[in-house]
Amino acid sequence: MAKRSAPEVNAGSMADIAFLLLIFFLVTTTIEKDSGINRKLPPMEEIDPPIIKQKNIFTVLLNGKDQLLVEDELMEVADLRDAAVEFLDNNGDETCDYCQGNKDPRSSDNPDKAIISLKNERETSYAAYISVQNELVAAYNVLRNRRALEIGPRRGFRDMNFTQMQRNYKDARFVGNKEKLKALIDQIKLEFPQKLSEVQ
Amino acid sequence: MSKFKKKKDGGLPAISTASLPDIVFMLLFFFMVATVMRENSLKIQNSLPVANQVEKLDKKNPVSYIYMGKPSSGYEKFGTEARIQLNDQFAALTDVSAFISAERSALREELIPFLTVALKVDREANMGIVGDVKQELRKVNALKINYTTGIGDVETNFN
Repeated sequence: MAKRSAPEVNAGSMADIAFLLLIFFLVTTTIEKDSGINRKLPPMEEIDPPIIKQKNIFTVLLNGKDQLLVEDELMEVADLRDAAVEFLDNNGDETCDYCQGNKDPRSSDNPDKAIISLKNERETSYAAYISVQNELVAAYNVLRNRRALEIGPRRGFRDMNFTQMQRNYKDARFVGNKEKLKALIDQIKLEFPQKLSEVQ
Repeated sequence: MSKFKKKKDGGLPAISTASLPDIVFMLLFFFMVATVMRENSLKIQNSLPVANQVEKLDKKNPVSYIYMGKPSSGYEKFGTEARIQLNDQFAALTDVSAFISAERSALREELIPFLTVALKVDREANMGIVGDVKQELRKVNALKINYTTGIGDVETNFN
């Protein structure tokens, strides 16, 4: 018997099928964009609040009309970052040898003692709250970046600010001594600790 | 009966579409790989505010999502004030602690302390509801939170 070749399957509709699938995935796709500001809530147990000198507290109040009151003065969000940096970097008792502040005795003693206290009202909009949080985190990052550029080169991490250090530490492709980098990151974190308290 | 009909020297030759499926498949595979299925269908408005000092939400650790915002069109009967959505439904404030324990029970025990709660809150919501949820989270000791935001300049938050 003569071998009969199998009839060829018509592949003309292949494109249609593929398009159908393509459109399905196009519609269901949401490109990953999850990023945000990480925070840690205080635990519920009431511990006796330590006594803090008034000059070591930087009060930020955001009222129901999204107006900002910083240290009893009205302020725009755009100016908040600089004000916070000035407060944290003040070095009133001159124990902080890496600070460059103007050593005002009426402002914070040193970055370790300086606390930012954020209070908001129920009517405050979330967008305004996030903006303020962002600016306060930015103030810490400004100082940490400055410190990283200062001591980084001595530890063998040239031209890297704090944000880049953290990114590099998480990056699997980073060539360099990760243990030393981690130690450096921790040191900078200790030198400018994020002390941000929220008032209920 | 014209046997000698002049052949039309017809215009352009047809372009071969034989490689069209290949191209489409290529696109298809790209989107299949890049796709993350929406975990929940939202019943609330959820346009996130933006910030620029953000950190990536670490997917290596477990993440639970809490959505807040005002009910979107079609759900007006639930009011115009911002509400909480857990999984696929509207929820009351008291459901938050149950939700967290349900999320925790689905996890391996060693991962429980690393559970991050991502708060996806609409920019128009007010802080009252967010503060309440935060208080609930403190009660069940879920202290790692993340305010999920877009990336951009904070000035645009005020428009």
